[in-house]
Amino acid sequence: MASDVLANDAALAIAAADGFEAHFLALADSLQRALTSGDRFTAWYEAESSDFVRLNRAKVRQAGRVTQQSIAVRLIRGARHATHTLTLSGDLAGDIAQATASLAGLRSALPDLADDPHLLLPDTVTNSRHVVDGALPPSAEAIGQVLDAAAGDDLVGIYAAGPVARGFANSEGQRNWHAVTTYNLDFSLHHRADKAVKSMLAGFAWSADELRAKMHAAREQLALVTREPRTLAPGRYRAWLAPSAMEEIASLLRWGGFSGRAMATRQSALARMRDGQKLSPMVTMAEDYATGVAPSFQNDGFTRPGRVPLIEAGALAGSLVSPRTAREFDLAANGANAWEAPEALSMAGGSLPERDALAALDTGLAIGNLWYMNYSDRVACRMTGMTRFATFWVEGGRIVAPVNVLRFDDTLYRMLGDNLEALSAEPELMLSPESYGSRRLASVRMPGALLAELAFTL
Amino acid sequence: MPYEGPLPPLDVRADFWSLRFVDEHAEYLAVRKNIAQPLEVTTDSGAMATVYAEGGLGYAATSDLSPAGLARALEQALAWARATASLGLFDTRALPRPAARGTYDAPSLDAGAPSRREFYEMLGAESRAAGFDPRIVDWEASLELRTATHRLITSAGGDVVQRYRFVMGGTSATAHADGETQTRTLAGQRAICQQGGPEILARFGYAGSGRRVAEEALELMLAPNCPSGTMDVLLAPDQMVLQIHESIGHPLELDRILGDERNFAGTSFVTPDMFGSYRYGSELLDVTFDPTIPEELASYGWDDDGTKAERVHLIRRGILERPLGGAVSQARAGLPGVANSRADNWNRPPIDRMANLNLEPGNASFDDLVARVERGVFMETNSSWSIDDSRNKFQFGCERGQLIENGKLGAVVKNPNYRGISANFWRSLAAVGDTSTRRVLGTPYCGKGEPSQIIRVGHASPACVFTGVDVFGGDK
Repeated sequence: MASDVLANDAALAIAAADGFEAHFLALADSLQRALTSGDRFTAWYEAESSDFVRLNRAKVRQAGRVTQQSIAVRLIRGARHATHTLTLSGDLAGDIAQATASLAGLRSALPDLADDPHLLLPDTVTNSRHVVDGALPPSAEAIGQVLDAAAGDDLVGIYAAGPVARGFANSEGQRNWHAVTTYNLDFSLHHRADKAVKSMLAGFAWSADELRAKMHAAREQLALVTREPRTLAPGRYRAWLAPSAMEEIASLLRWGGFSGRAMATRQSALARMRDGQKLSPMVTMAEDYATGVAPSFQNDGFTRPGRVPLIEAGALAGSLVSPRTAREFDLAANGANAWEAPEALSMAGGSLPERDALAALDTGLAIGNLWYMNYSDRVACRMTGMTRFATFWVEGGRIVAPVNVLRFDDTLYRMLGDNLEALSAEPELMLSPESYGSRRLASVRMPGALLAELAFTL
Repeated sequence: MPYEGPLPPLDVRADFWSLRFVDEHAEYLAVRKNIAQPLEVTTDSGAMATVYAEGGLGYAATSDLSPAGLARALEQALAWARATASLGLFDTRALPRPAARGTYDAPSLDAGAPSRREFYEMLGAESRAAGFDPRIVDWEASLELRTATHRLITSAGGDVVQRYRFVMGGTSATAHADGETQTRTLAGQRAICQQGGPEILARFGYAGSGRRVAEEALELMLAPNCPSGTMDVLLAPDQMVLQIHESIGHPLELDRILGDERNFAGTSFVTPDMFGSYRYGSELLDVTFDPTIPEELASYGWDDDGTKAERVHLIRRGILERPLGGAVSQARAGLPGVANSRADNWNRPPIDRMANLNLEPGNASFDDLVARVERGVFMETNSSWSIDDSRNKFQFGCERGQLIENGKLGAVVKNPNYRGISANFWRSLAAVGDTSTRRVLGTPYCGKGEPSQIIRVGHASPACVFTGVDVFGGDK
């Protein structure tokens, strides 16, 4: 370790998170004081201090730290409102000056705006504070362990670690705070070209033992990947979708699939379920805020329920309704943000022990990961995507060979409808490694799925 | 201070360091279903410090732009460089030390603009025109107005200031009846995306687009599915941009070829030995990296490593010439490249990205292109995209299709899709439209990198004909 400058271990992460919280609360109070009579405000705060270490060929490609804070200040006068999101410097006096200046700017903008009939704000004050302090080593130390464990292998991926915080405040005095210190090691081991295996290690506490176990499991799969690959002709094959492959399907459904607004305007890929179309009775999905890392409050200050049923025993049970959608379509808001995308999607498991999955598959494709999903017919919920990483041809319940990439194109109603034979008994919780703009606080919990057939086209 | 004038004295004990400042201001205005959506304004300002020391590379991003904040970021970057020097993928002592100085200004940088109220009135008019039929169940007109100042200062004496102005936006309408739903947009989601001022809107035919997309959504809702079979396709520029982006742009990114992206965005079917000899497409295929078209979304003077941006051919008459790789990747690979080392913001490090990647025009008018197709489909406006991690097997879908039979445009069809393999597809390029068919488009949403980044890219293309393509429609 070269310097204390880089220490981002547990103690300093706590200090950073505490600093973020104090900063946020002071800003909220200053906004309160800067309000003029009759005006209201909401504030949404985001902050993180993240180490990112990018790896290629078991070497460091880029390493660095990103420290960032922002606040979205919304000024409300009657039914008119506008929001200014601004980066914060971390200097309290300067940030207070910036935030209060943004209020003034918004005040001057309101006369140009029309009343918003879809504005909906909480009518009660619900305070909350949720802090999970991680147990992480300094990032350079963690990377040293990763590279030692990967010695001799072509490892590619990223280590991201540090505190991430979200806060909400409003002029009614509500204050909500959510801070977690997490890490995410998202990596793959490569044989050659596109032949590789994928793995992930994530959570609140770093464990060298868990790293070794994950690396061992990945190496075992990698040995299978080195076999002579098989090229399959397009057609219909039995398929086992590992939980990580099911996560890709869930990711596609995030694009408006469960959105209340998309349902009401018939743009959801699951809109036909409103008319009675069903999936297999084995399929039950919910937005399960009680698991994962998402905050217990949303951007407008509404408290989230512990669980929002979405699909129950194959039938549509609900959707994610933001406050605006609730007002527009006379629905009950249920904790969703404006995009109405799941942040803690959870699918119930079935009865198939995962260790028996290949035996149950017998002969067919064992798909470790899917990739680059999109809709080929949204109304029919027909989706297409590629196999990726560890995907194998299986005969008699035994892996025979890795398979060159295949494109599938099939509807969810066939895949998780008539063709769904079983779900694995142990759904897997996967923390999101996404970091567009900031590290995403979201998770998906998925079982594996055994399909009688899946249509491959290329 | 960070965006003009000298910096405070900074004492960095390193081989090389840089500070890249980014300051962006944006307003989002939208009218959905005749209701003005809440105004959103963003102000984002911060700096990325990069340091080369002892052969290592480190970075640190901060929004604290005070002298102490900048010094702290440089100190963190230096510490990361030292901590990982012995573990580094390459030795930074062999990398160039950019010292470019200069300025770049987007077109219409200081030109006037309608007031916010006038913009809302314009969006409201398009919205009201779109919602003319009860079967139009959702519709929206939106705009993003953005200005940016980027400054790169290097310890080698470099100082580049680039000032941008962007207009982005679109109109969309969704029609629904009898279990069918179809959405039509003005050239795609956020397909209006150019550098300049409000003159961009006229260039895209924004006035009147609300009614037009709504009528076309209704037309699609009642149309039959696209037929299936092997046939020719005539791709409009607003589909060509996606075809170029996914099956030329990404596979030519040198960092993918070098393996950096294998865990996330993927690898490439292109290998270093292909440059200079590989036949990527037919003789008609000419592709350039061109940062010199003023209005194109990713035009600039220098990339985020300080390399001067110039127009170069990547593919000439179908033969692959050079990859999309910035100075760092060029040094690693020993290949020539382009000035495309870019970061999407102050809080992410630069990596190899597309910028403006253009397919050069040919000689055929639009009528000529249609006339040469005996049986095929004219496809407009990308709506679906999927491609394997080597950027080879793809499947793309469009919003609107129109049959072509015996050289004439015929009935409209819905859900037009096609699939192919990049390595073969471009060799089936049979005709390239002339400048009258060319449009300067792009997308603000190109995702890549670990940590993840979404960046603005420009693509200009004429309409093009491809032969023997696997075409199909929606589910029965």
